[in-house]
Amino acid sequence: MIQVSGLTKFYGARRAIDQLNFETHPGEIVGFLGPNGAGKTTTMRILTGYMPASSGVATVAGYDVMKESLEVRKRVGYLPETVPLYTDMTVFGYLKFMADLRHMPNITNAVEEALEKVGLLERAGGYISNLSKGMRQRVGLAQALLHKPEVLILDEPTIGLDPAQIIEVRNIIREVGKERTVLLSTHILTEAQQICDRVLIINKGKIVVEDTTNNLQSNLAGGQQAQLIIRGEAAQLAPSLQKVPGVREVKLTAADSLQFSYESKQDPRPQVARAVLAANFDLLEMRLISLSLEDIFLELTREDAPKEAE
Amino acid sequence: MRNIWTIAKREFDLYFVSPVAYTIAFLFLFIVGLIFVINIGSLSVSQFGFASAPDIRIVTGPMAFLLLLTTPAITMRLVADEVRMGTMELLLTGPVRDFELIAGKWLGSFLFVLTLIAFSLIFPILMNRLVSPGIDQMHMLSAYLGVILLAAAFLGLGVGISAIFSNQIAAFFSTLVVFIILWWLVGAPANILPIGGEIFRYFDMSAHFYDSFNSGILSLGGVVYYLSLTALGLFLGTISIEIRRWR
Ligand SMILES: Nc1ncnc2c1ncn2[C@@H]1O[C@H](COP(=O)(O)OP(=O)(O)OP(=O)(O)O)[C@@H](O)[C@H]1O
Ligand SMILES: [Mg+2]
Repeated sequence: MIQVSGLTKFYGARRAIDQLNFETHPGEIVGFLGPNGAGKTTTMRILTGYMPASSGVATVAGYDVMKESLEVRKRVGYLPETVPLYTDMTVFGYLKFMADLRHMPNITNAVEEALEKVGLLERAGGYISNLSKGMRQRVGLAQALLHKPEVLILDEPTIGLDPAQIIEVRNIIREVGKERTVLLSTHILTEAQQICDRVLIINKGKIVVEDTTNNLQSNLAGGQQAQLIIRGEAAQLAPSLQKVPGVREVKLTAADSLQFSYESKQDPRPQVARAVLAANFDLLEMRLISLSLEDIFLELTREDAPKEAE
Repeated sequence: MRNIWTIAKREFDLYFVSPVAYTIAFLFLFIVGLIFVINIGSLSVSQFGFASAPDIRIVTGPMAFLLLLTTPAITMRLVADEVRMGTMELLLTGPVRDFELIAGKWLGSFLFVLTLIAFSLIFPILMNRLVSPGIDQMHMLSAYLGVILLAAAFLGLGVGISAIFSNQIAAFFSTLVVFIILWWLVGAPANILPIGGEIFRYFDMSAHFYDSFNSGILSLGGVVYYLSLTALGLFLGTISIEIRRWR
């Protein structure tokens, strides 16, 4: 549904995104996860035809976002980062205006359906300026859903919502994502894990991790890795470690060191330590090496922090 | 085409809930009315024959000048407001061509000004009753056509210039400066240069109005001139939107 290859964008001399490659499939909810300034909004703005890329190609629903921008824009529902609302209009008036621009038939029904979905039907006649921030966010979402687009691009859809509304909005996105492709950006890891089928972690304009949420989760919850350093030939120790219950895979990393992965539920580290001694090796060191996704994400954010200050 | 109308209609509806629009409408009609009353009053005082019988110019003359002053205030917010509310991003990622956006903005403001001009018809109607053989109908039509064309051109240029700026004040003053140049300064060389001044007169917005339409002379050149200025403004606006995307 969305295909991106070699996408690069410069703002003046600053490179906001750098050779992005990724794709999404119909009926998939993809999370775009990254710290501030990673390039999430920039990527989304290119995909929605708001601005052109400096180089690279992107297609949405089969149309080139630069050459066939109008076709793309017909098929995409977009919720920008700062929710665009005509505060001097009523909720209904605003959505009707958007529906008119999209040449939709049965506008009243479509508007009511979208408002129903975001739970704002009873505020239809009220002015947008009188709505709370969370409600405005939901009006923005209704605008993106209005024409039942093939592709939904949502830039931080749950930002500024209270916990109850966050759950509501996540449910809406999950619901919509059953039939349509959704690309959403977020800073919140748990959010990405809860609603997305797949996660792209982006940092400094580059995709650093791309994996399905299931895999990420199993890496996070189910899998851990530890590094062992012993005195002696690690190769001779490997077979006996393999037999320890709970150990999944043993891998030599140097003459005197090896890595093993294990289920975190049945932590076999004590048994591993005993097995090392039982095989007549000295245990010099054992430490965890695998980073959880949370760790990876924090690492990225931390790396980014000094850059923001410059 | 349909999108132009959708955008124009939203814009037009907005004027009727906007205090600024009401203020402009009030001042416009009030000043035109005041000048009208003063003119009619001074005529009835000097009872010695109507050496110069009042004609439509006492209404349309001031209107032209007031349009020059008020249209920058009408157009300044057309694009700046969209930027401020973030709705520019919505329109630029919606299925709307850049030209449709600009043309819609222009049409909405033009309809508003046409409404003002329609209200001003009260003055020629009054005048028709006050002046004994009635007013010259053709002269009136010609002068009003001039006012309408002038409004179209002012608004076209105003929308175009306002699309360059994201700030209302900058848009207002830049528009006003351009109008002042086109209204007073551009024609000046025509009076100074011994030859070739005619070229400058052609670009003079006020000459086309006062010398032809407002004097009851319809001129095709004038129509073309004002429509060209309108088109130029809309083109400029469309290009500015395009450039916005690249920034
Ligand atoms: N209009 C702009 N002009 C110049 N630089 C920009 C512009 N917009 C974004 N940038 C820069 O591009 C980089 C990526 O910004 P972007 O807004 O895409 O990040 P983001 O991932 O959406 O961040 P956030 O999580 O804060 O929304 C940043 O370094 C930012 O400073
Ligand atoms: Mg962003």
